[in-house]
Amino acid sequence: MFIIRNRNAFFAITGIALLAALGSIFAFGLHLGPDFTGGTLVEIRYDGARLAPGAVEQRLTDAGFSGFSLRESGEDGYTLRAAAISDQQRESLSAIFSHTGGTAYVDQLSEVGPTIGKELRNKALIALALVLLCILLFIAFAFRKVSQPVSSWRYGLIALLTLGFDVMVPVGFFAFLGHLTGVQVDALFATAVLTILGYSVHDTIVVFDRTRENLRLNEERNRKEDFAATAGRSLEQTFVRSMNTSMTTIVVLVALFALGPAATKYFALTLLVGIVAGTYSSIFLATPLLVAVEKWRGRR
Amino acid sequence: MLQRRLVALAVLLIGAGIGWYVYSSQMSGSRPFKLGLDLSGGTQLVYRAKLDAIRSTDVADSMVSLRDTIERRVNLFGVSEPIVQTQRGGTLAGQTEERLIVELPGVTDAQKAIKLIGQTPVLEFRLLKGDVPPADISESVVNQYFEPAAITGKDVQSAQLEFNQALGGIPNEPVVLLTFDSEGTRIFGDLTRGNVGRYFGMFLDGVPISIPVINEPIHDGKAVISGNFTPEEAKELARNLNYGALPVPIELISTQTVSGTLGAEAVEAGVAAGLWGVALVALFMFLWYRLPGVVAVLALLLYVLVVLALFQLIPVTLTAAGIAAFILSVGMAVDANVLIFERMKEELRGGKSTGDAIRDGFARAWPSIRDSNISSMITAVILFWFGTSLIKGFALVFGLGVLVSMLTAITVSRTFLLALGIDAKVGITRFLFGSGLFARSSLSAEASAQAGKLEARS
Repeated sequence: MFIIRNRNAFFAITGIALLAALGSIFAFGLHLGPDFTGGTLVEIRYDGARLAPGAVEQRLTDAGFSGFSLRESGEDGYTLRAAAISDQQRESLSAIFSHTGGTAYVDQLSEVGPTIGKELRNKALIALALVLLCILLFIAFAFRKVSQPVSSWRYGLIALLTLGFDVMVPVGFFAFLGHLTGVQVDALFATAVLTILGYSVHDTIVVFDRTRENLRLNEERNRKEDFAATAGRSLEQTFVRSMNTSMTTIVVLVALFALGPAATKYFALTLLVGIVAGTYSSIFLATPLLVAVEKWRGRR
Repeated sequence: MLQRRLVALAVLLIGAGIGWYVYSSQMSGSRPFKLGLDLSGGTQLVYRAKLDAIRSTDVADSMVSLRDTIERRVNLFGVSEPIVQTQRGGTLAGQTEERLIVELPGVTDAQKAIKLIGQTPVLEFRLLKGDVPPADISESVVNQYFEPAAITGKDVQSAQLEFNQALGGIPNEPVVLLTFDSEGTRIFGDLTRGNVGRYFGMFLDGVPISIPVINEPIHDGKAVISGNFTPEEAKELARNLNYGALPVPIELISTQTVSGTLGAEAVEAGVAAGLWGVALVALFMFLWYRLPGVVAVLALLLYVLVVLALFQLIPVTLTAAGIAAFILSVGMAVDANVLIFERMKEELRGGKSTGDAIRDGFARAWPSIRDSNISSMITAVILFWFGTSLIKGFALVFGLGVLVSMLTAITVSRTFLLALGIDAKVGITRFLFGSGLFARSSLSAEASAQAGKLEARS
């Protein structure tokens, strides 16, 4: 099997992807948005020309906004991030942005109080912990039967490791995206990460299940086969299935990203990256890792 | 065979029926899709109820009355289909608080919405703890000097403008006469009887308006608010109180507004992404799996129709995240079919007859399908619990999609494949049951030879 034979090349690719993801997280950081910290997010759209950013910033400062961040969004809009705003500031938003060349109106306004932000942050963390716990239980359940030559917990551990990869890649990607576009970590991002976790774990389990099924069949039929060969054969048998189920999911996510609502663009992109990473890891990382561990144990 | 084909036909007809139902109930408006604020445009306001002046036993009652009052207020301003609900939250942020969530579809000016709600007066009654009211009663010291009284603003039945005729007051001073409802009358009677001689504070929007002494028990359920009003002020106050006074003050803690334009764009984009998503998945399945692919596409279409019908029937409030979940579920719905078809091909290669291969393929793929759905369901359930309304919308649609897709993939595909009743090993059907993007049949000579050997052995 090509993938098993060239596993070191794929380990290198995995390593590079992981390093890039971690590098991106450390270099750019993950910035929590108002969903989690509390604060204000305003989307402004113009019918007509947009007022120059410098002028808008001056007007915002005059209106008592401080510590805000202003970014151009699309062809004819602005994204404004600020701390809590007053009634007066809220009322004058469209006046601040409007000028003779174009009337501005508030397309979207989101104000989150600090309590709600804190609550959501804690909820997200608890949800993450819960999903991880359930996935651990799920893995433990899926691999409950002891098998030779690799014991059950090794499958579980490797499944968890690949899951780590599946999450690091989209998180790293999002950090990079945040650097490029100013997008911040919001509730939808947390949702995307949790969805990726649920989706990817299963992909890995399907491949491992097949490996164990083949090991069992070998034993029943008294067939001697190298573990690497069995693992490779199992990978081959599940390869088309893994690719195709991911392909259909990727196809719809591309449609969602390219054509879908603006509100879910980054959500679709995060999911897309996560699912590509998940598919890659369940095919090119999980089983090769299993074989490598097995070889390493054999040599000892 | 005839029976199987009849069942398959029935499934097709039911599918067509569901499709017609979805279309007609959307078009006639009898049961259209329910759109969330981010799709229809509108404002959501979340308030925190300040319950300092309320005795803990009255909290639940006060929240109900708070909701009713705001609802009346909102209806008065002609907002269509507003949603006003109470919620207990904040536990995870370290402090439990009672919240009021107001959703105003179509109101896209947040400031206007906030004002609309803000005009509702807050009427509170408190008893003075000490003997003499302090000269300065600012909001910060109110709780220090006053304690909650058993009666609240929700017990007021009506208010009207009067001109003071009583002795002791300023003659002809404009005052507001409160009439309590029957329960309020009883509570007020008990309160005044038990607290003769104490000061009774009436607070409007947190400001003490009048602090009379209770001279004697009042059993007729009437109280007078006198606060140096001009006739106009008193009239407006009486009117506002008649629309309903809030039993507790509220504080705005979250605002979400989406303009109608943005919402309409989101719907349009969502529909486009959905159609393209289904079309691309269908194309992929058709090209790769050929005849079974056609069956999978039929199952997928049926899935789409069933879910859309459920959206209308339950009804599920659709949000942008919900649409994303639905589109994602379309991509994942065929997963079960892919699993089944791959297994089926293996069974065919193993030398089984087409019918057996279909049956065994389904049976063998089942554990995998079940497990895959379990892990996604776990996520959906946890997300539903974790979620704000936005995430709940995603989780509900996602969970629903996973469940329904499992059913349609298994039952519908199976029915159709068996109903076709063809032998996958001869002529054109060999190609049709094959796979891959090229005309290469997957039932290679080698596989057939292997099949022959196996058959010989058994």
